[in-house]
Amino acid sequence: MPDLVAFISAVLIAAGAVFFIAGTVGLLRFPDTYCRLHALTKADGLGLALIALGIALTASSFGEVFRIALIWFFVAVASATGGHLIATYARRVDRAEGKEGS
Amino acid sequence: MTDAAILFDLLLAGSVIALAIASLTVRDMFAAIVLFVIFGLLSALAWVRLSAPDVALAEAAIGTGVTGALLLKTLHHLRYVTGKLGEGPARGLTPTAPVPAGVIWANAAFCGMITLGLALAFLGAPRSGPGFDALVAEAMPASGVDHPVTAVLLNFRAYDTLMEVVVLLAAVIAVWQIERGLSDAPAPALGEVWQGFARLTLPAIVVVGTYLLWKGSEAPGGAFQGGAVLAAVGLLLLLSRIYVPQPAHRGLARWAFVLGAGAFAGVALLVSGGGRVAFEYPAEHAYALILLIEGLVTISIAVTLAALFHGREPVAAPVPEGRNDT
Repeated sequence: MPDLVAFISAVLIAAGAVFFIAGTVGLLRFPDTYCRLHALTKADGLGLALIALGIALTASSFGEVFRIALIWFFVAVASATGGHLIATYARRVDRAEGKEGS
Repeated sequence: MTDAAILFDLLLAGSVIALAIASLTVRDMFAAIVLFVIFGLLSALAWVRLSAPDVALAEAAIGTGVTGALLLKTLHHLRYVTGKLGEGPARGLTPTAPVPAGVIWANAAFCGMITLGLALAFLGAPRSGPGFDALVAEAMPASGVDHPVTAVLLNFRAYDTLMEVVVLLAAVIAVWQIERGLSDAPAPALGEVWQGFARLTLPAIVVVGTYLLWKGSEAPGGAFQGGAVLAAVGLLLLLSRIYVPQPAHRGLARWAFVLGAGAFAGVALLVSGGGRVAFEYPAEHAYALILLIEGLVTISIAVTLAALFHGREPVAAPVPEGRNDT
């Protein structure tokens, strides 16, 4: 049983890492701020969730699981808020430059 | 597994150095700050790899979080002073008035002297040996706390820690003096999403900061880490305008600035006498005294860092709506 749990945990963490790599590629390759944010926040949220889930499987106590869940929750909320703020700023800058509709 | 860990460490060390160089050489100041923040995060990770969670916490909270916020605030200020903010992107803008060459050279000279001093201290230190672990472990029963790092910081080398608190005090005094003549930069409101985020995270940050302080006597944590986390509460309050600094609060703020250093020095002097020297806490009261000092120092650090972020001393100005912003 422990082997199976470790295997599932490793698969989840690897899947999370794939999302982070995809997000990084998106950050580097996408043309503008909004697409990059899209790539980053999605990758960030889902990738971190998978990694947190993977680590939580190997946790030894409920307290650890709870703390991992808290970390995931606050990082996800902060990441979403940060993405929103960056997008708002980018939009204001675009409007100031006269680029409507982006 | 060891090979993988070494590979990771090498990658980490290389990234830290590369980020430091990139942060110093990049032209755009915003990019420099972002690189510096990432540099700080990876440094914190490096400290974790070196089994120094206390330093990692301090690096993450103060070196990266609060310093990053201060640098961004400064950048905002510089752009506002140049008068270009709000007119457009203002990206990659440098301040119009160049820094005098003399100031640059003086700064370079001081930094060079510090680097040289550090290098000499490093080269002069004994290459191998047991370090101070054994000495600290031996003296732990007399320290009043269960965590070696806290024992060293607040007891064995409390004098140095007091000086660190005084440095923060000096910084906020300087900022309140220098920035007196500057007008406040009206920052744009950050919107409802931000307000919701602030309200959601504020209680959690208060709990985390207090926990770090309380936990410091037996595990990694303590006054500086807790204070830096609680300073984030101040930043959130300022940025979300839940708290707007008023001139009437200056007196209270001054007391809060001095509280930590004053209480620290006061306790140090009060325990001296009767055959003891300053900072030599009586063993039976050591825990209570250390906790008292740490608690008051935490308050001072939190208020001071938040005040540094806000920048100038709040003054009464006949400006309606939106003044005293960050």
